[in-house]
This record gives sequence, structure tokens and C-alpha cells, in this order.
Amino acid sequence: MLRYIYATDLHKFSDLANSMFKDRADQFKTRLGWAVNVDENGEERDQYDHLNPLYVIWEEADGSHGGSMRFLPTTGPVMVNDVFSNLNGGTHICSPLIWECTRFCLSRKASSHVAGALTLGGTEIMRNFSVEHLTGVFDHRMIRIYRSLGFSPEVIGSIGEGRDRISLGLWEYSREIYLNVAQRAGITPEQSQMWFDRSFGMSAEQPMAMSA
Amino acid sequence: MANRVRLDQILESLEVTNTLEGLQEIIERVRDLFAIDHMMYHWVDSAGDHYYFGTYSQAWIDQYQDKNYVRVDPVIAGCFQRFHPVDWKRLDWSGKPARAFLDDALEHGVGNQGYSVPIRGPNGQFALFTTSHNCSDEAWEKFTEKRSRDLILMAHFFNRKALEFETERAPEQSRALSPREIDAMTLLAMGHSRAQVAETLEISEHTLRVYIESSRHKLGAQNTTHAIAQAMARGLIVV
Repeated sequence: MLRYIYATDLHKFSDLANSMFKDRADQFKTRLGWAVNVDENGEERDQYDHLNPLYVIWEEADGSHGGSMRFLPTTGPVMVNDVFSNLNGGTHICSPLIWECTRFCLSRKASSHVAGALTLGGTEIMRNFSVEHLTGVFDHRMIRIYRSLGFSPEVIGSIGEGRDRISLGLWEYSREIYLNVAQRAGITPEQSQMWFDRSFGMSAEQPMAMSA
Repeated sequence: MANRVRLDQILESLEVTNTLEGLQEIIERVRDLFAIDHMMYHWVDSAGDHYYFGTYSQAWIDQYQDKNYVRVDPVIAGCFQRFHPVDWKRLDWSGKPARAFLDDALEHGVGNQGYSVPIRGPNGQFALFTTSHNCSDEAWEKFTEKRSRDLILMAHFFNRKALEFETERAPEQSRALSPREIDAMTLLAMGHSRAQVAETLEISEHTLRVYIESSRHKLGAQNTTHAIAQAMARGLIVV
């Protein structure tokens, strides 16, 4: 299932959280060879994890991490502005309607549907919170994968050649895209909304209705 | 469309306001334009000081402070340290103190529906922009679906204005347009189409879209047309 968890609430899901940071170390340091910080417990974190970001996490049946990504609004510190503004001609992206998505991570044991489910989680956030665009920096090889997930970015800028090529992307929300992503993920919008409601509170059980 | 124009006018008044009374008048105008019961802006700065303006009754504001409701208010608990907009229906009102608080709020004219936009500002600043109304769930869903974007933008416009009240800040600096943004806005102001502007600047239309969106946000504008008007009014672009 998909869970949406702010960093300040990760302690309530400690096994899930610990396996997420371990899988991030495995993906970004061991497999991709990025210069990321891994602590003595084998967990990877950076300064943005300390800004109370929102994580979307795929939880496996045994409670462990299957995949995840991390969101922060571009009105605060974000990597696209702090680290990668050269990909955008030095212009800062700053809008409450644009959130940054980073640390897209898949566990080694994740089944093939996890990437699709996470992508659906991203569009579910956009749909429910009126986020018009996501932005983020990605490896050039991801373009084909994004296309297969039904969620292709508009490329704003790129640097590097061949395997080292990275790009700044902008993903736009539309209802059509959302439905397409859900279909490719093999998850119904109803199921997806249910997971979302489980994390953010369910409207049906509340005593606010006048009729109640 | 008429509403859109009137909102632009209100935002222009907001731009030149520099008193709390001015903000109070503007939030009342926005509330009237959106045809809902209440709008409140509430800000806690890094030193823990509170500021607010909006349309709740003084009796309710006093009651809220007297009873120290900030400790039991599910809206505060559900928005603090968050950055997503929160429909009150999603909050946990099940506890006894929360229910008593809700009863008291309703009695003081707060709506049974609400939508709050939390904002994380610089240096630990936390602000909340709340819209509240008395209506059915269906009517409220329709309203928030149609207006959520406007409400999120209004929240940030009010917050930016409130931050200008903090003495050490130099807000104009953070709101300066980058050279590329100035180029884009200038060409748009001259009446070029987006395709023409993109071609002239040798960027894609997608890149142009980012420049326009970031300029719009910096200028406190609702849309591109309004952003251009603001940029011209402030002398940032010359056409």
C-alpha cells in the first residue's frame, strides 16, 4: 500500500522508515555511485530530510520499504534552486503550486508495479492539494521509464553527455494524465484515494456535516 | 471573469498596503468577493509572537485566547509543520476537547466547513490562512474544488505582505526578477505570443512557462496578465 508520511511522523513507522533510508543508501551510493552521506547504520540522508518533507512510500506486505520519493514545496529550500539552478539559466523556481520531487528510490526486491504506484502517489498529491506542477532533476535514462509510467516531464534544461546527462523536468497535472497513470499502475483511482485518505484523514467519519 | 478582474484589483491594493488596518480591509474584500462567511490570516513568528487579521468576531478571538484553544484546535495540530492545504473534514475532531471546541466555535459564528493553507516561512515562521463557511458538504466541496488554487495563492500573498512587517527583512530583494524573467515579461508585455517569446529567447515554451510562473509568484499576481501589469507598475519592465 501507499503511505504519505511527513518526516516528523516517520517515528511511528520506524521499520518502514529505516528500510527506506537503507534502500536509499543502496540505490544512490552502492548502485549509482553518488556522493551521498551514509551513516553508521547504513542509512542515507541529506539536509532536505531535516526540513520535514513529505514522503510517499510503498509499503510491502511484510511492512518493509518497496520504494519512495520525497516532496517539498519550491517556496522553501529545494535542490532545483540550491544545487541545480544552472539547469534553469539561474532562475529560481518558486511557487506554492510547484513542488519538488527528489530521491525517487526503488528497493532491490521491489516488484515491477512499485514504480507505477509511486507515480500514482505523486499525481494523487497533485490532484488533492492543487499542485499544478512537480519539478525535479533526473538521469537521462529515466525519460523512457517516465514515459512507460504515463508521466513524462517537459525537459527545462540539461547538462552533461551520455551516461552523465542530467535534466531538469517539469511534470504537469491533468485529470487525463492522472487516469492514465492509474491505469498503467494497475490501481483504481478509488483504491488510490483510499490510501491517500488513510494517511491524510477520511472525510466521511467526521462530525462536521450539518446533517450530523 | 468579472470576479477575476476584481480579485486583480484587490491584489493591487494589497501590494501597496503597509498597515494592519489595510490588510484587515483587504481580507474583508476578498471574503466578500468569494461570498463566504470568514477568512482569517494568522501568523506566528520565530520569536513566538502572534499576529492576525480577518473576519472572526472579536468575541471569538478573545474566547480562543482566554481558553487557550490553540492547544486543542485540530486545525492547528493538523497544519503545524505541514505544507499541504487542509480541509477541516480530514482532521480528527473525535476527542472530547476537540468536540467542545467545535461547539464553541460554531456558537461564535465560525463555519461548520473550513479550508486552511499552512505556510512555512523563513526562520521558523508559521502562518495559516483559513477560509470558513456554513454550508453542506456538497456545496463546500464544489467551492474548494473551484477556489483551492486562488486560496493557496491568497495565503502566500498575505503571508508575503505580513513578512514585510518584520523589520530586518529586505523583501524587495527576494522578489527581484531574474534577467531571463525580465526578458520574458517584457516581450509578453509587448504583445508577443508565448511561441514568439520562446523563439526570441531561444528557449522552449516549457522553459518559458517556468519563467512566467516564477515571475507571477514573485509579483504577487493571480495570472500572467496581472503579473505583466504589476511588473510595469513597479517599473521592473519598460515597454
